[in-house]
Amino acid sequence: MPGLGTSYGRGGATTFAADLQHSDAILIMGSNMAECHPVAFRWVMKAKARDPNPCKLIHADPRFTRTSAMANTYAPVRAGSDIVFLGALIHHMVDQYERILAKPEAERDARDKFFLDYLIHYTNSASIITEDFRDTEDNDGVFSGFQPAQRRYDASKWRYETDPRDAASAAAPETFTTAVVSLVGPPAHQDPTLTHERCVFRILKKHFQRYTAQMVEEVCGTAQSTFQEVAHTLWSNSGPDRTSAICYAVGWTQHTTGVQMIRAAAVLQLLLGNIGRPGGGILALRGHATIQGSTDIATLYNLHPGYLNTPSALKRHDTLLDYIRAETSATSYWSNFPKFIVSQLKAWFGDAATAANSYAYDFLPKIVGDHSHMPMMVAMARGDMDGFFAMGQNPAVGGQNAGFQRKALAKLKWLVVRDLYETETASFWKDSPEVQSGELVPREIQTEVFFLPAAAVAEMDGSFTNTQRLVQWHEKAVDPPEDARSDIWFTVHLGRRLKELYRESPLERDRPIQSLVWIYVNEAANREWRIKDEPSAELILKEINGYTWTPGRPLEGAPAASFADLKDDGTTACGAWIYTGIYAGGRNQAANRRGDDWVSLGWGFSWPANRRLMYNRASADLAGNPWPKEARLAREHPRAGRALPGFVYWDAAQNRWMGLDVPDFPPTKRPSAPAQPRGVGLDYHDGASPFIMKGDGKGWLYVPAGLVDGPLPTHYEPYESPVQNTVYRQQNNPVTILYNVPGNPYAPVGSREFPHVLSTYRLTEHHLSGTMSRWLPWLAELQPELFCELSPEHAGEIGVENTGWVVISTPRGSIRAKALVTRRIQPFRLRERTVHHVGLPWHWGYKGVSTGDVVNNLSALVGDPNVNIHEAKVFVCDVRKG
Amino acid sequence: MPEPKGFFTDTTVCIGCKACQVACHQWNDLPAGHGRSRSELPVLSGNSYDNTGSFSDVNWRHVKFIEQPLTQGPNRVAWLMMSDVCKHCVNAPCLEVCPTGAILRTEFDSVFISEPACNGCRDCVSACPFGVIHMSESRGVAQKCTLCYDRLKNEMVPACAQACPTNSIQFDTIANLKRRAEQRVSQLHREGVRAAHLYGADDKVLGGLNSFYLLVDKPEVYGLPSNPKVPSRSVVQSSFWGIMTAIMTGLGMLFAFRSRTTRSPLDRAETQKPAAGAKERPIT
Amino acid sequence: MIPSPSGLSRRDFLRTSAGFSLGGLLGLGLDLRAAQEETRRFRIAGVKEVPSVCPYCAVGCGQLVAVRDGRIINIEGNPESPISQGTLCPKGAATYQLAVNPLRLTKVWYRAPGATEWDKTKTLDWAMDRIARLVKETRDESFVETRSYEELGLPLPSVSAQQARKRVNHTLRIGSLGGATMDNEWNYVQCKLMRALGVVFIENQARI
Repeated sequence: MPGLGTSYGRGGATTFAADLQHSDAILIMGSNMAECHPVAFRWVMKAKARDPNPCKLIHADPRFTRTSAMANTYAPVRAGSDIVFLGALIHHMVDQYERILAKPEAERDARDKFFLDYLIHYTNSASIITEDFRDTEDNDGVFSGFQPAQRRYDASKWRYETDPRDAASAAAPETFTTAVVSLVGPPAHQDPTLTHERCVFRILKKHFQRYTAQMVEEVCGTAQSTFQEVAHTLWSNSGPDRTSAICYAVGWTQHTTGVQMIRAAAVLQLLLGNIGRPGGGILALRGHATIQGSTDIATLYNLHPGYLNTPSALKRHDTLLDYIRAETSATSYWSNFPKFIVSQLKAWFGDAATAANSYAYDFLPKIVGDHSHMPMMVAMARGDMDGFFAMGQNPAVGGQNAGFQRKALAKLKWLVVRDLYETETASFWKDSPEVQSGELVPREIQTEVFFLPAAAVAEMDGSFTNTQRLVQWHEKAVDPPEDARSDIWFTVHLGRRLKELYRESPLERDRPIQSLVWIYVNEAANREWRIKDEPSAELILKEINGYTWTPGRPLEGAPAASFADLKDDGTTACGAWIYTGIYAGGRNQAANRRGDDWVSLGWGFSWPANRRLMYNRASADLAGNPWPKEARLAREHPRAGRALPGFVYWDAAQNRWMGLDVPDFPPTKRPSAPAQPRGVGLDYHDGASPFIMKGDGKGWLYVPAGLVDGPLPTHYEPYESPVQNTVYRQQNNPVTILYNVPGNPYAPVGSREFPHVLSTYRLTEHHLSGTMSRWLPWLAELQPELFCELSPEHAGEIGVENTGWVVISTPRGSIRAKALVTRRIQPFRLRERTVHHVGLPWHWGYKGVSTGDVVNNLSALVGDPNVNIHEAKVFVCDVRKG
Repeated sequence: MPEPKGFFTDTTVCIGCKACQVACHQWNDLPAGHGRSRSELPVLSGNSYDNTGSFSDVNWRHVKFIEQPLTQGPNRVAWLMMSDVCKHCVNAPCLEVCPTGAILRTEFDSVFISEPACNGCRDCVSACPFGVIHMSESRGVAQKCTLCYDRLKNEMVPACAQACPTNSIQFDTIANLKRRAEQRVSQLHREGVRAAHLYGADDKVLGGLNSFYLLVDKPEVYGLPSNPKVPSRSVVQSSFWGIMTAIMTGLGMLFAFRSRTTRSPLDRAETQKPAAGAKERPIT
Repeated sequence: MIPSPSGLSRRDFLRTSAGFSLGGLLGLGLDLRAAQEETRRFRIAGVKEVPSVCPYCAVGCGQLVAVRDGRIINIEGNPESPISQGTLCPKGAATYQLAVNPLRLTKVWYRAPGATEWDKTKTLDWAMDRIARLVKETRDESFVETRSYEELGLPLPSVSAQQARKRVNHTLRIGSLGGATMDNEWNYVQCKLMRALGVVFIENQARI
């Protein structure tokens, strides 16, 4: 996620669930953690039940959920107003810093010094921003660089101020190494006194000054006293001897400002000194078993495995060298980028990838725009797509504006669905509402559909990467039944067939398939099983890990031990560099099963390099000594019978970083090491810069590059909103991705026809589009029917009784559901009017033992500009008795 | 003889996830479903998030949801959740009234229905003040929580307690549980939750409950009787009758047992299938 | 509480009576034989327990899959997992029913163009061959090696006209959706195969 990635360097959760047991306060926002991640919530409850010093639990959410019921403080926040709430918290914390800065140095206590050290040295607060930057405060609610006609920003207006680049560095590079060296530029100007008006701290202060407790009350509908309690709780539970954590989920991501909501949390945690420290951090709670893994090893159009941007015809990616020059950040660990891409090309194309042909770089397809989920369905609806694989995903229910997506499926020539149960996607041509209504006629649908039964997890070997970046291996317990096969079986055998079909082709364009390293089936290893041609998941894991390339003998070389082993000269092959080490020593480290009561380095493998708590250099002070909280926790958790001094710390006797976790820092780099302004990679950073993936080693309060909608979080109303934006004149995110296509109408701001706010969400008892829960009577009976949650006030206004039928409508469609009238839903009293909030769990569809209307028939195709995530957490609707 | 064991349920950490209900179904091979034929799922109850409604012959655990309107304080609603189960009472009315000795006290001090000995008389159903016991219509025997007697015999924790994500359901010796429960009450009192109290931990409720609760409101709010009726017969009498019945029915019971235990629990769904009508197929 | 004659609680009474009175021995002893008889059916006696991971959300709870005679007979939490410590949510606790369920599909279903019902007679081999041919057919029809700057909406570079096209080597007529519920190894081979074919419409649930 770019929210975390641009702030800290990596998009993954910074911490792990079991670490929450050490939090002094936890803010859950944009997440209904107790319901959607009950077992991760175990650690929250453990912290809350701690005696003495119980953790304070805060839940901020539009709905009073099972999470709210557990909270010490519940803050109702109108859907989509999160940045106002978080912005006011940032404002509050900046004021605390101003108090500290106003004190004479002699009067500052240890707590004051902690905050200043963390702010000045571990964040980019002191960096100075170019004069081209103009804030929303001075620019009518948009940042400088906005180009209204193109609805885009020129992000070059937001950069750091630096000395001019050396002319020499522009010389044409010869090798990958010289290319990277030539990319090293001058560092940002600094003002460690934080007084320069264009230093990040001053810009931050100015930007958030209008976000006040009163504004929270008027825009979010949260009582000022509740807000003040949250602010006080977070500030008083952060510092040298206390840490607070934030947990979020799709309650933040599914907004047209979703990335900026996460950014706001990232800023807050930096101001509170909570990143890289036990009990602190940001835990991103993800919803699928390996949604993290499928982002790391991306089945995403814009990423190759290991967060390498996909070559694009729209960028200067024409040759491998161009690509490397465009994509390498030379002053961070990313300076190793050439090794990552060259090793990946070797892993894919083997001996066909040579230095002479730029490691077969031209074999890679280039993207020509946004090929993500929503544009894919728009192309399909236009008839621009013929073949489609839907595997373990069910867009007929889970897709936004699901009716649009189902109708798009009818334009396909062929569709392959793989799942455990008959999905709504597989049977769109037979049972969909469009077929029921006559809008689609089965005889006229020319789509050839294949349903292939999938294996259950217990029926195959493989790994999942959980929400905390932890890769865990699951073992095959039994053969899958009948025609059911593992997912790798399908793809590997499809690939084998295609290699066979293309074997004789003389065409250059078929060479990628012919050269593809594809030797994963080892029948001898399947002797005990019925299915003899099952591919070896462990062999694939070895390729992901990386190994020494031996010409003519793919997959035979010694596995790489760490990403430091990778080379850019074709002597190593590696599928996904961030997972390197997972097969170190030829052993499947994901299958490690020695846990403990906390960090558990011996359980599974956590990328990167088995680090559990990222940026953990920040758990020690500038000199490398642990902060007091870390020292206490280390005392309480001895390792091998010995108490270590801290969580991660500089061991002067051994001249290296040590600790309970794997240090996320060069192991022997001294805390006092100076930065080298011309150094490549981590040499560019000093010994007190914990964020090794960032070009300056700092946590970014302000994002000078990497986001398309602004360097600082800014409140805009959701694309569909019942109210005007009262914070700025700019109503919504000015670079929101819109789909003005037939079948996807939007409601205007303040629509009388659709006056209420609607959120979709999950329940504990069901999973996603229901394929994995609505066929299971044990789960289906617990929540047997679709319902619509309404406040008693709202139900009274429209004359609906509990369990009575209601019709919910949006410009995209209408569905029926039973009303669940509850005080847990509350109307939001804003400055101008009262807004009703309506809730719908989206688990139902037309197949399964429990069926119901598809809630996503109501939602819209509309996207966040950074990642093109839709806005299912807030759009507008009408509700009437039905 | 092992020490008495049971459950302490701390309702203040119950998140109402119902993992206990599903784990119970899974371990004990209990079908889902509703009504006599169990051919249909329940309908939306409208009673908060409780759609299974009560104990039944196949619901040996039941999670209750209580939404309370609040007029004072920052929140407008409180949401209490509690996972309910057989109390394994020290003075168990069901055991007292069972005429065939089918209801046993195990070495763990839990209350166990021995199915082969049950004659389906329903006396226990009406004797239980908590509504725990229900008849299986298809099999004609009384059904309830066994405290996972089979797991206990194999030194495993009952399925529900093992699954519970937040340790709301704790399983241990009664002595340990009481100690922990008292500490938890005192902690909550210190944190200002004055209403926290234990239900069934002492002997005031049916001589003590081997499944006792930490509540933050009156027992009635959770559907628990403050002062449930004690059995009409005295302890001595009932244990005498219990022993006598056991002796008298012992031989016959063993015969019955042989004929019925050839069936594996996995076949239960099969035996619940009504004689005619495919539509009546139970959902398993 | 009903006091027993000796003043012991009922719990104590039962325990002592079980030890010392003939009636107690007989009664309790016989009773327990019956109860213990039932535990002969202990469902996971003598099984192989295989470590696994919950297939539902991303918390990654540990599971133990109990197998006897090539059949899954139980799935429950793995007490050794430092993430979940043996616990599961209701979905995780239902994993057994996800895998062992008469409603689960285990055969290939095929729908010919214009058909109104599923054809359930096709073999897996037939389906795989047919899918491979369709992939090749669509790819071969739609593969594009280069696109012009104009097509891409880019300003023409000030170089010779020969270079005024950009290499793309892709097909825009095949899409692949899914991955977040499948193994990392699948994601790897899927993106590798799709990219080798020139497919660029590759997506999973990360944007959902």
